[in-house]
Amino acid sequence: MANVFTRIGDWVTERAPGMMPAYRKHMTEYYAPKNFNFWYYFGSLALLVLVNQIVTGIFLTMFYKPGAATAFDSVEYIMRDVDWGWLIRYMHSTGASMFFLVVYLHMFRGLMYGSYKKPRELVWLLGMLIFLTLMAEGFMGYVLPWGNMSFWGAKVIISLFGAIPWIGDTLVQWIMGDYNPADATLNRFFALHVIALPLVLLLLVVLHIAALHEVGSSNPDGVEIKKKKDASGVPLDGIRFHPYYTVKDLFGVGFFLILCAFIIFFQPTLGGWFLEPDNFIPANSLVTPAEIKPVWYFTPFYAILRVIPSKGLGVLAMFASIILLFLVPWLDRGAVKSIRYRGRGYKIALGLFTVTFLLFGAIGAGKSGEWIPAIFGANADVSGIEMHFGWFLLAIYFGFFAFLYVYTAFGYEKTKPVPDRVTTHA
Amino acid sequence: MANEGVDHGRRRFLTATTAVVGGAGVVAVAVPFIKSWEPSARAKNAGAPVLADISKVEPGQRLSVLWRGQPVWIVNRTPALLATLPQLDSRLRDPKSELEQQPKYAQNETRSIKPEWLVVVGICTHLGCSPEFVPEIKPEPFDPDWKGGFFCPCHKSRYDIAGRVFQGVPAPMNLVVPPYQFVSDKQILIGVGPGEKA
Repeated sequence: MANVFTRIGDWVTERAPGMMPAYRKHMTEYYAPKNFNFWYYFGSLALLVLVNQIVTGIFLTMFYKPGAATAFDSVEYIMRDVDWGWLIRYMHSTGASMFFLVVYLHMFRGLMYGSYKKPRELVWLLGMLIFLTLMAEGFMGYVLPWGNMSFWGAKVIISLFGAIPWIGDTLVQWIMGDYNPADATLNRFFALHVIALPLVLLLLVVLHIAALHEVGSSNPDGVEIKKKKDASGVPLDGIRFHPYYTVKDLFGVGFFLILCAFIIFFQPTLGGWFLEPDNFIPANSLVTPAEIKPVWYFTPFYAILRVIPSKGLGVLAMFASIILLFLVPWLDRGAVKSIRYRGRGYKIALGLFTVTFLLFGAIGAGKSGEWIPAIFGANADVSGIEMHFGWFLLAIYFGFFAFLYVYTAFGYEKTKPVPDRVTTHA
Repeated sequence: MANEGVDHGRRRFLTATTAVVGGAGVVAVAVPFIKSWEPSARAKNAGAPVLADISKVEPGQRLSVLWRGQPVWIVNRTPALLATLPQLDSRLRDPKSELEQQPKYAQNETRSIKPEWLVVVGICTHLGCSPEFVPEIKPEPFDPDWKGGFFCPCHKSRYDIAGRVFQGVPAPMNLVVPPYQFVSDKQILIGVGPGEKA
């Protein structure tokens, strides 16, 4: 008599014959290039953080009370009175920052190895939509504790929509449901944060992975492994995702969780970068924090707003800085995918773009107030220097996209020959 | 019914009209959901006019009252502060208050009904921070030629003592003057203009 588990398995397979083939297609018979390196950890790590956010988020909603009068106190209740509540909340708040960290590294990997190029444009587009949804999710989550930075952050971000001509003011009032961020705003953000956006996020993640598995993963050499197959149709340079990459990813997960645990247990605010001091003060519509700044993962985009002395142009430039990323697969006309074989121009451009992004992050986090006097003396005109340096950075940021097109479309790029098969070097 | 002689034009027409009717239904049913996000009756009620007692505000002082969840500042300006207003025109974006940031009755040099009393919404027109009240006429770190006014700590926008914005700062417009009226010499009603009903 057959084992009871085998019998249950057979019973299910008879009624849902598509399940095992789907498992094989995405796991044991998904052939991924054998030369994945360090940079390929971040996709699976993002998935891990998503699971963490959902699980810890569900538990937080059991204790959190949305509402302008109750939100701040209920978060303190979680932190002080709920058994292990502090851990669950710090796992969630640290998870939010780690989500953006791994997503930024994941996107950088894409730019480095040309993962956005044909035939993977759709994978990139879905990824960018995930990034946008994640930004909305992160922003609304930051509003929920209803600290003073939550309140003023919400006010500043919502007022960005006021820059839209004609409908701006009405739109702002419609989003807030009041004349100021208020109870109504907090409640709708709660609904969007815990139900609407997670559903969208999950759907997009499924589509992102489905689109990837349709075309196959790229790799650090930018070689299409499907072009060289053995007699049974298996790519010569491919290995089964499960068990080989599940094991490799578990190794990365180990390191990643050690880092997360260190932050959660020893530095949960990370010196004000993950949780800002002003958010430990209840929301007050009459007192602005000394400096309104978003959490670190929004600071690069916020800096663009900050260095442009015109509200309309600033908002436009900020949205353009994100929208342009969607267009990268079509701006880059080069045939060579990986930075290993691309021209020197691309390497320099990507390096400058990355440094610019980080410097914008520092400006958006208000670091210029410390750094400029340190460099130019105590009497330096901080806002003037910041603005002019910011324009220089803006030129590099937007110049990257223009350069990418001109460099590749008009044949200025001198590429190296791409090997037929993946190389085994690190 | 046989398949031959299918009237494709008729079929397309029926498909299109069904889609249009269905689409109209979707739009109609979306309206209540979109409308639900507008300020509720309770929020509108809480946004009703506010009465402020100004009898104890000395010259040079500022009173902050809450109207529609926003700080409204009532500043008792000294003659010295009022005297700075005509000198600043060349440094301001909108010295004549031409943009509609104030009711008609406050579209004048002092941006007020009575010269000494300034009533403005204390929210920076850049991104909604609340500027600081810096009323002394003396050099400040952000402006060596400071004539008194408001300074926003968020993005360093500056306004003069009538809430008019300086040039070269991120804020695009003067501070908003809300509708208000003097009920008596001691009381200001914020939210309704002179002769208007609440």
